[in-house]
Amino acid sequence: MAEMAQPSHGHDAHVPELVHQFETVEQQREAGTLGMWLFLATEILFFGGMFCSYLVYRSLHPHAFEIGSHLLEVKFGATNTAVLICSSLTMAMAIRSAQTGKSKRTIITYLVITILLGLTFIGVKLYFEWYHDYLEHIVPGFGFQYHADWGSSGPMVQMFMVFYFILTGIHALHMVIGVGILTVMIIMAARGRFSSHYFAPLDISGLYWHFVDIIWIFLFPLLYLIGGRYATGGH
Amino acid sequence: MSTAVAELPQAPSESSVNYLNASYGIKSWLLTTDHKRIALLYLISITFMFVVGGVAATLMRIQLIQPTGAIVDPETYNKLFSIHGIVMVFFFLVPSIPATLGNFLIPMMIGARDVAFPKLNLLSWYLFITGSICMLYAIAAGGVDTGWTFYPPYSSTFSHTHVIAAVAGIFIAGFSSILTGLNFIVTIHKMRAPGMTWFRMPLFLWSMYATSVIFILGTPVIAITLFLMALERLMHVGIFDPAVGGDPLLFQHLFWFYSHPAVYIMILPGMGVISELIPAFSKKHIFGYKAVAYSSMAIAVLSFLVWGHHMFITGQSIYTGLIFSVLSFAVAIPSAIKVFNWTATLYKGSISYNAPMLYALGFIGLFTMGGLTGLFLASLATDVHLNGTYFIVAHFHYIMVGGAVMAYLGGIHYWWPKITGRLYPDAWARFAALVIFIGFNLTFFPQFVLGYLGMPRRYAVYPPEFQVLNVMSSAGATILGVGYVIPLIYLIWSFKYGPVAGPNPWGATGLEWQTPSPPPTENFEEMPVVTHEPYNYPSPEVAVGG
Amino acid sequence: MMSLVQTAFHSIAALAVLIPLHPPTASRIAGEVDQLYYFLTALTLFFTCLIFGCIFVFMIKYRRRSDDDRAQQILGSVPLEVLWTVIPSLICAGIFIWASYLYVRNARPPANATEIFVIGKQWMWHVQHPEGPREIDALHVPVGQAVKLTMTSQDVIHGFFIPAFRVKKAVLPGAYNSIWFKPDQVGTYHLFCTEYCGAGHSKMIGWIYVMKPSDYAAWLAGEMKSQSMAQEGARLFNQLGCATCHVANDTGTAPSLVGIYGKSEPLRDGSTRVVDETLIRQAIIDPNSVLLPHYSPIMPTFKGQVTEEQILQLMAYIKSLGTEERTSTK
Repeated sequence: MAEMAQPSHGHDAHVPELVHQFETVEQQREAGTLGMWLFLATEILFFGGMFCSYLVYRSLHPHAFEIGSHLLEVKFGATNTAVLICSSLTMAMAIRSAQTGKSKRTIITYLVITILLGLTFIGVKLYFEWYHDYLEHIVPGFGFQYHADWGSSGPMVQMFMVFYFILTGIHALHMVIGVGILTVMIIMAARGRFSSHYFAPLDISGLYWHFVDIIWIFLFPLLYLIGGRYATGGH
Repeated sequence: MSTAVAELPQAPSESSVNYLNASYGIKSWLLTTDHKRIALLYLISITFMFVVGGVAATLMRIQLIQPTGAIVDPETYNKLFSIHGIVMVFFFLVPSIPATLGNFLIPMMIGARDVAFPKLNLLSWYLFITGSICMLYAIAAGGVDTGWTFYPPYSSTFSHTHVIAAVAGIFIAGFSSILTGLNFIVTIHKMRAPGMTWFRMPLFLWSMYATSVIFILGTPVIAITLFLMALERLMHVGIFDPAVGGDPLLFQHLFWFYSHPAVYIMILPGMGVISELIPAFSKKHIFGYKAVAYSSMAIAVLSFLVWGHHMFITGQSIYTGLIFSVLSFAVAIPSAIKVFNWTATLYKGSISYNAPMLYALGFIGLFTMGGLTGLFLASLATDVHLNGTYFIVAHFHYIMVGGAVMAYLGGIHYWWPKITGRLYPDAWARFAALVIFIGFNLTFFPQFVLGYLGMPRRYAVYPPEFQVLNVMSSAGATILGVGYVIPLIYLIWSFKYGPVAGPNPWGATGLEWQTPSPPPTENFEEMPVVTHEPYNYPSPEVAVGG
Repeated sequence: MMSLVQTAFHSIAALAVLIPLHPPTASRIAGEVDQLYYFLTALTLFFTCLIFGCIFVFMIKYRRRSDDDRAQQILGSVPLEVLWTVIPSLICAGIFIWASYLYVRNARPPANATEIFVIGKQWMWHVQHPEGPREIDALHVPVGQAVKLTMTSQDVIHGFFIPAFRVKKAVLPGAYNSIWFKPDQVGTYHLFCTEYCGAGHSKMIGWIYVMKPSDYAAWLAGEMKSQSMAQEGARLFNQLGCATCHVANDTGTAPSLVGIYGKSEPLRDGSTRVVDETLIRQAIIDPNSVLLPHYSPIMPTFKGQVTEEQILQLMAYIKSLGTEERTSTK
């Protein structure tokens, strides 16, 4: 790779983080950012297919989805929403610290807090929600039991829970991947790779993290907060 | 317009270090991040998958020689057409031109050293291989019998075959498509050489850009759809199962939201290849550059709005049908524009008939027929009769085999000297092109008639009055099969024994021809600077056009 | 290449004595669809010949004669681009209007259509006539009488296709689709399944027998072993206990079903739906999903207790209640 040193771009040829196919660090950063935006476009369509199916069934069976939504604990959902919003803040702070040339210790601190918040989210999800759902037999495919109160809505309540587990499951998978990416960022920060001139990987990881948060911002109302309109209508 | 061809740097091509001999050993290939080597890895893998799909097709055509079925029982036949469809669509046609020619040429055409993310590019190939292995496992373990469309509740509840493995294969290979598309878009946006403006890009790049947009926006939807279907099959949770309140038509909507654009994933790159071949062998600027470029983008956008025409007969409302019908007619227009522009490019050209050009001319004609027969299916009244019959099969193959595969072969023949540095025997290549053209028409033309007569597709046995046309079709398939074997032989032969090609055997324009054949690892010995439009072929002494 | 296509064409034309180029035309719609089909075929041939013709002429006229040969560089022409955008658009618009006119006009069955019920299951077609007779893989209909088929599937998706009438519809589990046709030629015609449905897909075929009205009446009389569908439905209606609550003069426990078929009913969730086959089926299988505003949700589900065939019989009975009322109010 070194043999391809470009005399016209000599000033960049010495930058260690510049990989061979790019001419300048700026080009490399722009390519990375555009790549992540495109990946997020893909992700939107990926979740979009599920949101679309959710909307179809919810509009066909609003009553059953209301029952299903009331099986979820709003307090855990709300806690997790707050946790994730905080983690987005600390993520942004980590990037800002790199941008303004703060010490690597500051960057790492913010990243660690972000990861801890992310793990809190996953922990609440796993233990307080999914595990208890399992004990209550409302996990489809794992001993799901219809409740007598649901009447003939049983299958569609199960359908709601299917969407709940698929959507939150895939979202949680994205969180786990996000935690992995941030761990790599911590290692890079510890090696002193980031400076006010070069923080592209941090920036791009941040895009991903914020995206995963935004997905949750849509999931929370769609899953936890529906049904109020029908709650007063009897039954 | 400049009258001079760009000066070609006459590098000593054979002795110099190039991407093929820069390093040796299996590891240097399996761990390569060079887009050209990855292109060759793809070429070998998809050729293998093409053979797998082709064997299934051959067995199908033998079966259909007799109305009662010549060789296998219906269960086996159902597996054959499913394997043929799945392998050919997801493991050959979708990656065909983008992953081979696209990977090889995009960085060279824009004057870059590599794609934007070379490691991601290699990861794409490994994902493709993993997906292919899943699919091959599904075949080896006993096959899959759902058709390539995987309609539930048959696929989710009733089929007893290896649906999960096949679906997993498509799911994984889908991520290969997504990453390839992502890589291409970023490369085209951010890596163009100085002076390479958007409207100086060869049209192949416009078509690859349009294809990549569909890769990125369509593929995740099929991924999640197949995931939900697999979940339904494993857990019986009822997403698509009407027995538990689900709606099987929702699957079809989601499936075709990807799979109709996927048809354009397969044909748009072919259109791009043809837009290169026609100017190169007519020694002429393409007619209506911007019209061809914009029509690629128009197709990419409109392709997402027409999925409902696959569902005219499922009981969708009249108004839904009307809207999807009019949109389906609209998507025909950009394709028509392209055909007229290609034909007009020939006018007053200086045309030579090397093998790639024969494929290109065959493409234009067959694609015209395939496109026009699409109008029968966009029309509500005729679609009701033709839906689900052999007419669909014929139409689809005119676009996919007469179109995409012809363009793929044309492109491989055109850039083969660049890829390998060697020439193949042109007489054999022209002969093969002719054999393929004849075999193709004999195979698929009778299927239009069969379809109108009412023969449904996916029939292992059929009423005897359809036999004559089926025998004609099977006879044509034999010729077509021979036609595909010939290039396989002489191309492999030429790799070792062919005459040395030199940097620009066709006298074509384009940055890829201004570097040695085979190119050095980083494509150009000196980074190119672009100063003119593409296809700047020399004018006659007294220039008239303009 | 032109000559190749012609050769292919000629060989097909020569075989035309052996093989027909279109299926039997046995309904009015079939003739209309054929006209559109032939127009589209002519259009396809015209443009294919035009393009192949141009290629062929240019290939010869502008072949490269020497290495010094130079092409005349023509970059493009806006008028031409407009021309070949506008002309195909107009042609497409014309076809769209023609095809949609045919489709929309034939989408709804005439009021006097006889209704026959079809159930698809792996891998056979069950047909039930309202008068009572049942058939498998066969359908007898009188010539000149409009027939509406109401179809559903017991397992996977099937496709009901009669090439001679140019009609086809997907047959879905859990929902009703209908097609209609008015045969105008006595004869025997193919019935095919066009949606892949498993091992026996290609054997899920049958025959449509179009008979003279007198022959049909005779056939019907000979087949009349069981009760009519509506009678069967009435028996079920009592046996399943429906009649306990759904009484003719509404007492407030459950809505009266007299004349309910075809009416628009406001539901409890705020939507308004027409009482059609799908809604009746839903009300039997999943009553709480279609609650009416003024009744308590006390109806149990009959899911798993009634077969698809019995649902159709109940439906025939409910529909017959409608006709009685309509005739009485007249």
